[in-house]
Amino acid sequence: MRVLDEVGRGTTNVFAYAGGAAELLADSVRFIVGLRIRFRETSDQAYLLGVQSLSIVLLTSLFTGMVFSLESAVQAVEYGVGNLVGGAVAFSTARELGPMLSAVVVAGRTGAAIAAELGSMVVTEQIEALQSLGLSPTRMLVVPRLLALIVMLPLLTILADIVSILGGMWVANIYAHISTESFVTSARSVLPFTDVLKGLFKSVVFGIIIAIIGSYQGLQTRGGAAGVGKATTGAVVTAIILIFVFNFALSYVLFGGS
Amino acid sequence: MAQVWARLDDVCVRYGPKIVMQNLSLDIVEGAITCIIGLSGAGKSTILRLLNGLKKPDTGRVFVHGEDITTMRESELIDLRRTIGFAFQFSALFDSLSIGENVALPLREHTKKPAAEIKKIVSETLESVGLAHVEDRYPAELSGGMVKRAGFARAVVTNPQAVLYDEPTTGLDPIITHVLTDTIVKLRRRLNGTAVVVSHDLDSIYMMADYIAMLFEGAIVAYGTVDEIRRSPNPIVQQFLQGSEVGPIPI
Repeated sequence: MRVLDEVGRGTTNVFAYAGGAAELLADSVRFIVGLRIRFRETSDQAYLLGVQSLSIVLLTSLFTGMVFSLESAVQAVEYGVGNLVGGAVAFSTARELGPMLSAVVVAGRTGAAIAAELGSMVVTEQIEALQSLGLSPTRMLVVPRLLALIVMLPLLTILADIVSILGGMWVANIYAHISTESFVTSARSVLPFTDVLKGLFKSVVFGIIIAIIGSYQGLQTRGGAAGVGKATTGAVVTAIILIFVFNFALSYVLFGGS
Repeated sequence: MAQVWARLDDVCVRYGPKIVMQNLSLDIVEGAITCIIGLSGAGKSTILRLLNGLKKPDTGRVFVHGEDITTMRESELIDLRRTIGFAFQFSALFDSLSIGENVALPLREHTKKPAAEIKKIVSETLESVGLAHVEDRYPAELSGGMVKRAGFARAVVTNPQAVLYDEPTTGLDPIITHVLTDTIVKLRRRLNGTAVVVSHDLDSIYMMADYIAMLFEGAIVAYGTVDEIRRSPNPIVQQFLQGSEVGPIPI
């Protein structure tokens, strides 16, 4: 009976969480559609959440592209298909690795920052202060972060794609002596531009997930400093899990069997 | 007969299994300073949150100017809150904004006043709470008493009909406590409105209160003017006022 109780409570909590996060997203969309946007705060957040994530996103993407190329290039040359390495690196980067890796890195850095900041504001009564001034925390705090990530994560992903492919190209050239021209020709022949756009669409969805989950966890913070820590961890874990789940669903819908 | 600004009518509030208020009723007189006293954790701050709709009671009703706010939609509550200032216990100033920006925020968001006019109003309001020339400083750079006064300034900058003060003098030295108490009295006069103050500080309460309500075990056990409360025959009130360990209040 106790196990059933736990399962029942857990299921209820999952649905309550999903409902709460969906409601926060719907509220945010309402403000955005009504153009009730704080532009200065949004640009500040774009800098804090996006520009300041640039170095970490570029570094992880560079090394991922390099290691992918390292693992595949020598083997490919041995089997006489070295001319396909550029395509393989570009294909996997633009469709999967670029959007996913950027999102996971940004979720770790930015999702945690959003949850911690809003959580601290809850425990120091700043959220209640906003409400008591007749201001909506969703409009004042969530919408700027949501818009910032919707814009900045795809931009970060474009840069991550480029750096990852360049890193892969360099390693393929050094270790497997695959020429730059062969690498680029292969990449261009395998990767249609629409796939790059679809990868960027994924980034938009991941940006929404990171902003909403971070904000929701932050706003749900209870119980002082320990609560802030819990909210921060919860935001990162939940956002990363959702990124993986949505990545599969989006790949299925956008790319199907192709 | 005194006009009623707000009325709590048969209100029950619980946090999880803990019952904080049980069938509590209280009238807040318009144009007066009503102080709410009671033990720590008795639910005094919850009364303030009920009065501006930040908290809804589990049962019972809350009226402000005769309107039942427990049935209001969030958009209506937002309009209501614009008429009620709230000075928080720890001020709750936004630490990413300067003092000037904190005080200006409600004016910027709710009015179409030009920036120069807002700046002038902010300076005047800060001056009225004894804080001149701190607009460009940040909350972390000010002392506890100054932060409290900045919180007062933000609460009154829109000239609200009523101001709610949550433990305005807690943790401050006697001189600053006296200054803040005096500030609350002056602000009430300047706004010609209502003030509700939650506090433990009896000296400060005797100095400013028109009415005192004592909250004990989820209900108002005493209500009256300062003299009436001081002369109350209720042993709970007397034990609280004397700070005695002996009496009906369990320690």
